[in-house]
Amino acid sequence: MAATSKLLTMREAISQHVPSGSMVLLGAQLEQMIPFAAGHELIRLGRRDLTLVGPISDILFDQMIGAGCVSKLMAAWVGNVSAGVGYCFRRAMEQNIPRRIEMTDYSNFTMALALHSGALGIPFLPTYSTLGSDLLRKNGNLREFISPVNEDKLVAVRALRPDVAILQVQRADEFGNAHIWGSLGVAVDGARAARKVIIVAEEIVSPELIASDPNRTLVPGFLVAAVVHEPGGAHPSPVQGYYGRDHEFFSEYHTQSRKLEDLERWLENWVVRVPDHRAYLDLLGASRFDALAVRHNAYSAPADFGY
Amino acid sequence: MVEPTAIEAQIAARGYTYSELMVAAAAREIADGELVFVGMRLPILAFLVAKQTHAPNAVGLYENGLIRETPSPQLLYTMGDPPNLRGATQAGQMLDVMALLQQGRVHVGFLGAAEVDRFGNLNSTWGGRHGETHRLPGSGGACDIASLAKRTVVLLAHEKSRLVERVAYITSPGFGRGNSWRTAQGLPGHTGPSALITTLGVLRYGTDGEAFLASTHPGIAVEDVLANTGWSLRVADDLMETQAPSEPELAAMRSLDPNHFWTK
Repeated sequence: MAATSKLLTMREAISQHVPSGSMVLLGAQLEQMIPFAAGHELIRLGRRDLTLVGPISDILFDQMIGAGCVSKLMAAWVGNVSAGVGYCFRRAMEQNIPRRIEMTDYSNFTMALALHSGALGIPFLPTYSTLGSDLLRKNGNLREFISPVNEDKLVAVRALRPDVAILQVQRADEFGNAHIWGSLGVAVDGARAARKVIIVAEEIVSPELIASDPNRTLVPGFLVAAVVHEPGGAHPSPVQGYYGRDHEFFSEYHTQSRKLEDLERWLENWVVRVPDHRAYLDLLGASRFDALAVRHNAYSAPADFGY
Repeated sequence: MVEPTAIEAQIAARGYTYSELMVAAAAREIADGELVFVGMRLPILAFLVAKQTHAPNAVGLYENGLIRETPSPQLLYTMGDPPNLRGATQAGQMLDVMALLQQGRVHVGFLGAAEVDRFGNLNSTWGGRHGETHRLPGSGGACDIASLAKRTVVLLAHEKSRLVERVAYITSPGFGRGNSWRTAQGLPGHTGPSALITTLGVLRYGTDGEAFLASTHPGIAVEDVLANTGWSLRVADDLMETQAPSEPELAAMRSLDPNHFWTK
C-alpha cells in the first residue's frame, strides 16, 4: 500500500485539524522552534475557546491571548523571555481583556510529566516537585497522595492529552517523519501525548534522508496528520542550523503590546492583514531575516549505520 | 535602562557595579565539579565566571534539556539561543535534566523572583506592587528547582516591597514557615534555600529556616539593609563585608558582557 502525502498549506492544515475549542500544544521546544506561523494562522482563522498547553511559549501565547483566541491556559510560564512580562496575559488575568481566561499554573517539570504520562497512556505520574507550593494547592491536576510502596508523600500529575500538538522542526518527509535537533524540551512526549500532530518544517526532504539517521527522527510519520512546508515559520524564535533568534523583535513586541490600542495595531499589521507567512516575511524584510542566517555552519560528524 | 554613564560612575567610584558584585558573589556559591541548574540573566554570567575562575569542572544544566560544560561562545538572551547548543555536552529532553534534579544530583540552582519572604519562599506568580496586584509570568522551572535542588541561590533587588514578611503566593517553596516544614510537606531531605544575594548584601538561613544577614556589600550600612527589608531581619554575630569581585572575576564577566547588558 503506497503511503499518501500529508503535505498541506498552513491554511489547510489549521482549517482541517484545529477547530475552535481544541486543546493545542505549542512551544514544546521552549525558546526554540516556536510555531509562530501556525499560531498566526489560528488568529487569522478566528479560532476561539482554545486551550493552550505548553511549558512556556514566549510571546506566542501572549499574542493569541491578545487576539481573543484563548479561554484556558495550562502552562508553567507566560511572558516574554528576553523582555519580561506578557502584557496581553496580564490584561486578561487582571482585567478580563479581551476576555476572561482560566489559567492553570504548572511548573516545567510537572508539565513535562503530564505530557509524558499522556504519552505513556497512563492516568498520572508521581513526583516530589511542587510539594508545599501554591501550585499544588491551586492546580486541580496536581494531587497529593501517599506512595503505596514506601509511604512518601508524592504529587500525582494528571496526564494531558492535547487534541493537537503543533511542532516546528528542521526537516521532515511528506509523510511526517521528522528530524529535530537542538533544544528538544517536551517535543517527543508532546507528539505522543497528542491525538494529532501537525509538523511545520523548514525543509521537506526525502524519506531516504530521514531514514539515514533514525536517532534524529523524533516524530514517526504515522502520528502525524499534516505536514506544512513553512520556511521561517518559527520567526522570531530560532531554529538551530537555520536562523537565529530575533531578539529585537521580542523587545519591539514588548513595547508595542504594553497599551491595548498599540497591541491591536500590532496584531493588525503583523497578523490579521497579512495573508500568509510568506507575506509576513516580506513585511519583515529580506535583509532583516537574512541577518539572522547561520554564519558559521557546524555540522555534526556523520554516524555510520552500516552493518 | 541605566545610562552607561551611571555604570561608568559606579566603576569609577569603586571599581565595579553592584550587579557585578552580585554576579561574583553568586559565582562563589558554585564549587568545582558541581552540577548547576543555571537559569538566565545574572546567574548565567555567575556560572560562566565560576567556570573561568575557581570551578572549571562545574557542569551546567538547562531546562530545555541541555547539559553544558563549556561556556557558550556568545552572550545569551535565552537558554535556547543557538550558540548555547553548539558544543554542548548533551542536548536531551527536559525530563533528562529534571531526572537528575529529582534524583538529588543537582548541587545548586539559581532563581530570581518578584518576592521572597523571611523563610525564603518565593513568589513569581501574583505580585503586589504599589497597592496593585499584578499577574506575573509564573514558575517556569523555579518551583522544581526550589523543591529538589540541594541548595538554591536567589538573586534579587533589595527593596522592602520584594523582601516581605510572607509571600502572597508560594510559587517556589523555601523553608515554608520554618523548622521542619519542608520535611512535613514531603520535600526531599537536605534541600532548600542557601543564599539570597541582593543589591545590598547576602542573607543566609539558620537551622530554623529563618533568614539572617550574613554580609553587607562594601559601602552599605546594616541600617540600610534593615530599613529595606519587610520584616525584622536577624543579623549574624559575625557579620562580614561581601568580598569585592576580584580582577579575574571582573575580567571574566566583562569579556562575556562587555556592554553591561546584564551587569548594569
